[in-house]
Amino acid sequence: MKLPSFDYASPRTLAEAAALLAASDGGGKLIAGGQSLMPLLALRLASPSVLVDLRHVRDMNRIEATADGLRIGAKTRWRDIEGDPALPAAHPLLAAAIPHVAHYQIRNRGTVGGSLAHADPAAELPGLAVACDGELEVFSARGTRRIAAADFFLGPLTTALEPDEIIVALRLPPWQSTRRWGFDEVARRRGDFAVSGIAMFHDLDGVGRATNVHIGVFGASSQPCRLRTAEAALDGQVVDAAVIDRVVGAARAELDPPEDIHASAGYRRALTGALIERTLKRMAGQPEH
Amino acid sequence: MASDQLLLRNAYVGSPVERIEDLRFLRGRGKYVDDLSMEGLLHAVVLRSPVAHGRLRKVDTAAARRIPGVHGIITAADIAKVVPNIPLRLWPLPQLEPFEQPVIAQTKVRYVGEPVAVVVADSAAIAEDACDAIELDIETLEPVTSCDVAATGKSLLHESHGSNLSITYTARKGDAEAAFEDAPYVRRERFSVQRHMALTMETRGLLAAWDAEKGKLVVSGAAKVPFFVRRTLARLIGLPEDAVDLIENDVGGGFGARGEFFPEDFLIPFAAKFLSRPVKWIEDRRENLLTMSHAREMDCDIEVACRRDGTLLGLRGRINVDVGAYFRTNGTVSPRNVAQFMSGPYRIPDIHLDSFAMMTNKAPIGTYRGPGRFEASFFIERLLDMAAHDLAIDPVEFRRKNLVTKEEMPYPIATASPPEKVEEYDSGDHHLTLSRCLEAFGWLDKSRLQGRLVDGKYHGLAVASFTEGGAAGPRENAKAVVEADGSVSVYVGSAAVGQGLETILSQIAADALELPMERIRLFHGSTTYLKDGYGSYHSRSTVMGGSAILLAAGALRDKLKAAAAARFGCAADDVKLADGKATGPAGKSAAWSELASNGTPPSAEATFSNHKHTYAYGAGAAHVTVDPKTCEVRLLDFLIVEDVGRIVNPLTVHGQVVGSAVQGLGGALLEHLVYDDSGQILTGTLADYLIPSATDFPNVRAIVLQEHPSPHNPLGAKGAGEGGIIPAGALMANAIAAALRSLGVEPRDLPLTPSRLWALIEEARPKATG
Amino acid sequence: MQITFEVNGTRAEVEVPARTTLADCLRHHMGLTGTHVGCEHGVCGACTVILDGDAVRSCLTLAVQADGTKVTTVEGLSSDASLTPLQMAFRKHHALQCGFCTPGILTTMHALLSQEPNADEERIRDVLSGNLCRCTGYIPIVKAVLEARAAYGGPAAMENAHGV
Repeated sequence: MKLPSFDYASPRTLAEAAALLAASDGGGKLIAGGQSLMPLLALRLASPSVLVDLRHVRDMNRIEATADGLRIGAKTRWRDIEGDPALPAAHPLLAAAIPHVAHYQIRNRGTVGGSLAHADPAAELPGLAVACDGELEVFSARGTRRIAAADFFLGPLTTALEPDEIIVALRLPPWQSTRRWGFDEVARRRGDFAVSGIAMFHDLDGVGRATNVHIGVFGASSQPCRLRTAEAALDGQVVDAAVIDRVVGAARAELDPPEDIHASAGYRRALTGALIERTLKRMAGQPEH
Repeated sequence: MASDQLLLRNAYVGSPVERIEDLRFLRGRGKYVDDLSMEGLLHAVVLRSPVAHGRLRKVDTAAARRIPGVHGIITAADIAKVVPNIPLRLWPLPQLEPFEQPVIAQTKVRYVGEPVAVVVADSAAIAEDACDAIELDIETLEPVTSCDVAATGKSLLHESHGSNLSITYTARKGDAEAAFEDAPYVRRERFSVQRHMALTMETRGLLAAWDAEKGKLVVSGAAKVPFFVRRTLARLIGLPEDAVDLIENDVGGGFGARGEFFPEDFLIPFAAKFLSRPVKWIEDRRENLLTMSHAREMDCDIEVACRRDGTLLGLRGRINVDVGAYFRTNGTVSPRNVAQFMSGPYRIPDIHLDSFAMMTNKAPIGTYRGPGRFEASFFIERLLDMAAHDLAIDPVEFRRKNLVTKEEMPYPIATASPPEKVEEYDSGDHHLTLSRCLEAFGWLDKSRLQGRLVDGKYHGLAVASFTEGGAAGPRENAKAVVEADGSVSVYVGSAAVGQGLETILSQIAADALELPMERIRLFHGSTTYLKDGYGSYHSRSTVMGGSAILLAAGALRDKLKAAAAARFGCAADDVKLADGKATGPAGKSAAWSELASNGTPPSAEATFSNHKHTYAYGAGAAHVTVDPKTCEVRLLDFLIVEDVGRIVNPLTVHGQVVGSAVQGLGGALLEHLVYDDSGQILTGTLADYLIPSATDFPNVRAIVLQEHPSPHNPLGAKGAGEGGIIPAGALMANAIAAALRSLGVEPRDLPLTPSRLWALIEEARPKATG
Repeated sequence: MQITFEVNGTRAEVEVPARTTLADCLRHHMGLTGTHVGCEHGVCGACTVILDGDAVRSCLTLAVQADGTKVTTVEGLSSDASLTPLQMAFRKHHALQCGFCTPGILTTMHALLSQEPNADEERIRDVLSGNLCRCTGYIPIVKAVLEARAAYGGPAAMENAHGV
């Protein structure tokens, strides 16, 4: 499993990187941490003409919290997120998801941008980005644009990214500290891709009813998505056992899970329901402010 | 005999001596085959069939040859008009010859991964580029992807045979038909075990060099049975045996799979000879999953007969074994073993089991730790728990009633054929190990949780007893040589696969010669050390290699005494040997190295022969919880208690039992080599083929005993290393069944993944008891 | 491609094709065969080295990406004279059998304990889950790492028999 041949470039600026990609006429690929790309190259499932390495491009790995929310530079590594002391308070859902990502060694190199670009349907960050109405900042020789996470993931390993575009940052809307939230995932072993995972949150109105409900799922769908009918079943309700049952029922009906060697569609469906159920119960126990 | 008396010293044997091997492994100074290099080395990559079944029409290498850096491409045409086949090593029979594997595909391809060509280039990367440029013309044929499909015979792998059933093995004892005729209770079930494999951390590899001037072929990367491989390679390649050397370096795990004669064991040395350049081949992980010996895939339809008080009367049935495309060197072992050893440690007077070896378009099977025994244990233990439940007998009592007692030893089990082999358990007290296991496990206390739902999870416990065969014959050789510096070099035919061989055999040698361990240098495996040897398989090295060393040490001591007596002018009996010196009456003494005759250092060789297997044995217990909603299984406690007859190194034997148990747990819950309907393997990376990681089974423990030595060797040891794995599937399945009893779930198929448990729970829903 | 970096404290310069992984560069272009290759797709961890203080999979790193960095391999963990406390703990607890996965586990655990000397059993197991071992069942490895913490300034080891 030796890699195929390719040209290699390590530009110093984003503009240079974009120009190299544009010049490669669709044959070039970006590499940052390489944790997703390198296995593809080793298995010869990808054969780029040129690898454009972002390692020397600066200012792409900052985590900034502003009134507009969180802006995470695409080269931010998982370990940078784990090590950021402000993050658990700034965005507890993101902080809860990261320890599930792969393994220690992978987290030392793998990046936010890499995970989003690779778009594995069972990956945590794409799931989180969709669940939280995230937005991707994307750059090319033609300029910058923003793509809503909801529009970004088109299918397994397929995104709306053009071949000459570079993900520059992930933006997440501001987080309310009064929010109820939960993250849960079941994988075959620690660090494996999720058989099913959920990232969810809701706010509470003045009389304890759920509002602004977001239920995101990954692993149990062909791309990460929000479960709209499940959300509607929770919206405006006070969370109790009957409501939880309805939400779970709606989620199971709405899901169209894939089938593979690790799990059947039926099991994924049931598992997702179980995860939503236990997470909602946990969330209901979270303190009100 | 003299060597028996030496064992009383026990300065090292029996002690937890830290391993010699560790000193280089911990520093990263081990020498595994891919760490070797030499002048002019080229790299080989094997092009493998992309289809499961087809007629190989053409291998077009023209474009590949033009790639710069490619030195040669070998196909069947370059080897012979009719390429040779790989012979069977164990239980060969003329009727199996049609199923032997050719060293390279010539007219047909029969599994995805079968070698079709070998590319040799300046680097493995370039060789892979060249493989991508080779065009294959294969007329695809209907693939046979299961025993059921094989049985229809609609598509035949080996047309001349007329059927995909290659051979039927039978295990018989007494008269099963009579036993079942009026049996008061009979339970019949079908079970299956999935295809999985040894999955060594180091993949296979070879480095072959041909010296045309000396006419010498040297191959590094040998393991397990280097002398067999040497003999076979010499014959297939047309060289005298002493023109071929197989060198064993450090080996990253074997577990029964590595070291047998694979196609590459011919192809790489052939390439080296063909190109007159040294050639290295290192298997990558994808190839490893595709082609290193597969194992375990079987399904059975068996029934047990007993009295209503639980006394077992008879066992009969059929097992289908998915052999894969060819019978390789040791493919016969598990189909025979599953039938012969299905009665396990239980007294079953009448047995008739037929084991059908079915050929399919999958990678050929070989042995994997506890071959046929892991499967047999799962089959019989599930059936016994079901019978016990039906008869309202406590599963522990059911087993106690039927375990062979120590008074019944040696105890004959079913005879397997062809060829016919009578087997008997040598010694042992199963009631002892069962009781010790239950006590150390806390069975009484924990069994209160049996089947109960606590904090949303069902609890289940299971117990099983097992036997583990070891010390396969026929013999092993050792040589001891006194060096000028006073150290003793000990050469042995046993092979190291990571089991601590160097340390264990050094302990034995040191005690036998009454020397400190630092003065022993142990050389193993390579064919350059001895005229002949047998190797490491069937957990034999401690017994066979160790006993051969004992005999060689004894012979050396006799020679030293005789030489000293001649020099001192006294009787041999008056000579004392201690600490590397020979002392006689009147203060005469000489260092052993001084007792050379005609300039040759004192040395002695010996052979230990053995025709009776040893049987280490024991009991295991497991405690699991099952979450009925997520169907995740958590292992709360897993204990193996094993009596190995005599413990040479408690540290390493404990490590063997624990390591082997965790492998078994992987087989029970995680591992699965999956083929699709076209014969393509879907589990081609370690992200899909899941072996246990550090967080999966943190609660595994082992207690190793030395209660009943084997009467068949001077050490009294029983081969050990496979005991932990053997009952693992049985224990997990029975524990999960016990946990989910109230839901009416009866697992019958491994692996017990959450997805499958969910399906079982769903299926059982209307039948669930209150 | 020309690469200049520091390996085990020594400056190194190598010329390798761009497609060479750091693992292959160390093993075959620099003779440092202690780092092992078990899968080449980033799952088994046998190839782990320490790059600028972080444990990384060298099979998932291009050699050229190591340009200008400091790399420590298993060979760099100890001098020729003696084993480190971590290595001695491994030997004492029989935390290796075939030895193939061992270098990757030593570098990983060395990196972990260097940054987190107080790592508890759960944390150790969690990090260790990124390294596959087929021989030991992991239990003695965890014991060895727990004991080695004291040498990194972590908690002192409890009195420990060999556990047999």
